[in-house]
Amino acid sequence: MNTIVCTKQIIDPEAPPSSFKIDTVANKVVPPADILPVLDPYSEYAVEAALKLKDIHGGQVTVISLGAGLLREIIKKPLAMGADELVLLEDESFTNGDSWSTAYALAAAIRKIGDYGLILCGRQSADCDAGQVGSGIAEFLGLPVITLARQIDISDGSARVERVTTDGYEVIETPLPAVITVSNEIGEPRYPTIRGIMASKKTEPTIWQPTDIGLEPSQVGVAGRRCQVVRLFQPERECSCQIIDGDTPEEVAVNLVERLRQEKLL
Amino acid sequence: MAEYKGVLVLAEAADDKLSTATVELIGCGRKLADDLSEDLHTILLGNGITNLAQLAISFGADRVYTIHNPLLKDYVNGSYTQAMEGAAKQIMPRIILIGHTAIGRDLAPSLAFRLGTTATTDCIELAIEPNSRQLLQTRPVYGGNALATFTSDCYPQIATVRAKAYPPAEPDTSRQGEVIAIDAKLEPPKVKFLERVYQVEEGIRLEDAAVVVAGGRGIGSADGFKQLEELANLFNGAVGATRPPCDNGWIASSAQIGLTGKIVAPDLYLAVAISGSSQHTSGCSGAKNIVAINKDPEANIFRAAHYGIVGDWKKVLPAFTERIKDLISGKP
Repeated sequence: MNTIVCTKQIIDPEAPPSSFKIDTVANKVVPPADILPVLDPYSEYAVEAALKLKDIHGGQVTVISLGAGLLREIIKKPLAMGADELVLLEDESFTNGDSWSTAYALAAAIRKIGDYGLILCGRQSADCDAGQVGSGIAEFLGLPVITLARQIDISDGSARVERVTTDGYEVIETPLPAVITVSNEIGEPRYPTIRGIMASKKTEPTIWQPTDIGLEPSQVGVAGRRCQVVRLFQPERECSCQIIDGDTPEEVAVNLVERLRQEKLL
Repeated sequence: MAEYKGVLVLAEAADDKLSTATVELIGCGRKLADDLSEDLHTILLGNGITNLAQLAISFGADRVYTIHNPLLKDYVNGSYTQAMEGAAKQIMPRIILIGHTAIGRDLAPSLAFRLGTTATTDCIELAIEPNSRQLLQTRPVYGGNALATFTSDCYPQIATVRAKAYPPAEPDTSRQGEVIAIDAKLEPPKVKFLERVYQVEEGIRLEDAAVVVAGGRGIGSADGFKQLEELANLFNGAVGATRPPCDNGWIASSAQIGLTGKIVAPDLYLAVAISGSSQHTSGCSGAKNIVAINKDPEANIFRAAHYGIVGDWKKVLPAFTERIKDLISGKP
């Protein structure tokens, strides 16, 4: 069974908050000049889930990414981890989309790839955090979707999935093909091996533009959006932190208790 | 073109009552409906939900739609999407509000794509734009580093709303409303619900606790979390965590607080060895008081905290716990 994994290159979510800047006229984030983007951590969990299944059942793992000017050393990481092929929807027209236009383009690319049993996405991306693209792909392809998977087991053409809920998990079974979005509980993504890194250097991605997947540039990216950003802004932090002092840790702790009692918090 | 009117709230039941998130959602929806001078509808899906309809009316619904169907007993994406698709086409609401719950975050995107419209997930603020009468939907993005306000000219406008973003509606049992049963013909779903597994820690629920003691990566072990638990128990509080301790198995993943975990708003939040990523602070920023203990004076958590101690938690916390014990046992 072949698996398709959708991944995303994003601004490093672990970058220091001081490096985070917004262009309030364009309503866009200004990527920090000296910090490289990363492969979205949730994408990595999806890749890990695909590779876990490949370890057991074999089959090809094809990774898709969408954007423009994607950095090869970042976007090829799934290949270094053990994925087999990389397809890039790479064109300026694909950029600045919303969940709708992004899912629409990815679904068209998946249709073109054709031979798949499972489509995996991260539960959300660590930049937009919307968590909609997987569900959108499923709707466009007419497939069942299960979100927030923490465990996926495949047998006899169906997947048994544990889905994270607030107080535990639920167990759901779906026929394949299906779309599953993967949560961090699936387990830490594996590190690229030396062999994987060497192989990924030799593997060139397949690059598709909108017309290659049967779409017009007007249907993808910013032109294909169905929702608009009215405003992007940084929340004001009104908090000012009072540091509690003391000569020893014990004294500091006692001073904290005193202060909290004064403020009637204890 | 048919006209989209009113606000529709999807209700979720919990223990034969409306869930807290639903009561907050009805309060939020009532305000939006009033701003539009339109009606507030609530919809209940499932089995044995009739007694909840009057409850929804008392909280502010003008009209309650019910869909009784055994296929809706447990949440399954396919059945719920189909039921809500039918209901949306019949009711034609301008706005659909859904809680950002395990159900809502799964259902809302599927429903939006099915209806050819958009959803905005995890909203913390909703307002009506007075001229266009469109819904302005504000949510955290970039791990809480920024807020974005979205709108759309596609209808219905669907939003999922974060827990505790709005105060719960006040009940008024004298309120009158209409209850309408919708007959939904549902196809048997392709996806089968097999079982639900609860992994709940003993004691008070994290979301309900007035005091939360939370630990980060710096706690270092499951034994470390036992110390947090000891302190939390003294307050009749609960223990929370950032993501790394959950991923490392030091504590159950149900203790995770943050964008991908639970949202809490206790009176007192003790952040121990937590660096304070936006991912995490978006889950606790509603706390009335945040106390941070961290050895790094530059840690981001001090930007979110009201009181801070710069120091090693392994030394500070035991002393703090002892002092609290002294107070409880009546020592001066």
